[in-house]
Amino acid sequence: MEVFNIALRGIFIDNMIFAYYLGMCSFLAVSKKVETAFGLGLAVVFVLTLTVPVNWLLQEYVLKEGALTWIDGSFESIDLTFLQFIMFIAVIASMVQLVEMIIEKLSPALYGSLGIFLPLIAVNCAILGSSLFMVQKDYNIIEATSYGFGSGFGFFLAIIALAAIREKLKYSKVPSGLKGLGITMLITGLMGLAFKSFIGIAL
Amino acid sequence: MSAEATVVEKELKVEKKPAEPFLSKRRKNIVTDPLSDDNPITIQVLGICSALAVTVKLEPTLVMSIAVVFVIVFANLIISLMRNLIPGRIRIIVQLAVVATLVTLVSEFLKAYSYDMYKVLGAYVGLIITNCIVMGRLEAFAMANKPYDSILDGLGSGFGYAWIILTVAFFRELLGSGSIFDFKIFEAIGWTTFPTNGLMVDSIGAFVVLGILIWIQRSKSGYVEN
Repeated sequence: MEVFNIALRGIFIDNMIFAYYLGMCSFLAVSKKVETAFGLGLAVVFVLTLTVPVNWLLQEYVLKEGALTWIDGSFESIDLTFLQFIMFIAVIASMVQLVEMIIEKLSPALYGSLGIFLPLIAVNCAILGSSLFMVQKDYNIIEATSYGFGSGFGFFLAIIALAAIREKLKYSKVPSGLKGLGITMLITGLMGLAFKSFIGIAL
Repeated sequence: MSAEATVVEKELKVEKKPAEPFLSKRRKNIVTDPLSDDNPITIQVLGICSALAVTVKLEPTLVMSIAVVFVIVFANLIISLMRNLIPGRIRIIVQLAVVATLVTLVSEFLKAYSYDMYKVLGAYVGLIITNCIVMGRLEAFAMANKPYDSILDGLGSGFGYAWIILTVAFFRELLGSGSIFDFKIFEAIGWTTFPTNGLMVDSIGAFVVLGILIWIQRSKSGYVEN
């Protein structure tokens, strides 16, 4: 049940966009159409569900202080935490590459729709952010996977909602200085206000 | 300051050092363009994540700005020095490795000399790696320009980023906590019942303040997005 709660919390309460402002760049840049937003959202869910557990393994068995004892007892005092950023970003970049190749092989149709978004994801802050938060929160591997999926789905939900609003917004008369980024920021603020209502739910 | 005065001032500076190649007009533009007309946050829409995340208080924002300026300048310099050696296909990984190394340096430095600040900024220091401004400048400028120009470009973009997030942080701390650099400004002038606005401390305040700032900045620079 706890596992399920972690995912749910990631989607609604600790939403990547509205609570942590992560992944804003692609959130703002790729939310002009629902269709493309759907593609990017799906790719993010996919990559997050894979990279968070992989980074968990890396943290637990390589990077943490004393993590290398499974090789030899004398490695107990080694602390490789300072390599965390480089290792995590390398895992993310290579996982993205791997996922891209696998999808291309297995499902050319999905690749066609996700294709251009996959490389973009390597530099999406939400991916690296989730891995870093996962370390802070001290999850076990199942909880970490569930957290990865939850954060990804939260991003997915947010970007689709924003894209739908922006599609309708095309027909509105917006002051010229506010067009594009300005009005999108204000709308995101209002959407965040709506998501705040989930805070009272204790999970 | 009026536009004319700025122009006059610029001309004066140019006249002072007419033969100085280090501060030619082109190079000066590299530094000044990202400050307003080509601002990384308000015009190019890059690096929004950290612009919002760390701006609850002015102090962490200042530390973050310094960290980002440091990372951009040195990443630009290093990539620019290596630009002819990097194979095109793996350039993103090379860039990420350079940036990640610099960010690790910043993070270790903070951990050693300012542990409190390290805890406040938390994961957001690590997220400088994926700050699109850094990657964007490496990709768009450092890969094609000489080292000295790249340093200037890094400084310009870094300060363009810094003044926006400092402005956002100023309003968020003033209205959200009623203080500036943790100095209770309203209590100091005798207004003890100042109603602090909880929304400003929250993410929503960040979105709204940045949205309004973008509105003002774009109206002034005349930039319109389609």
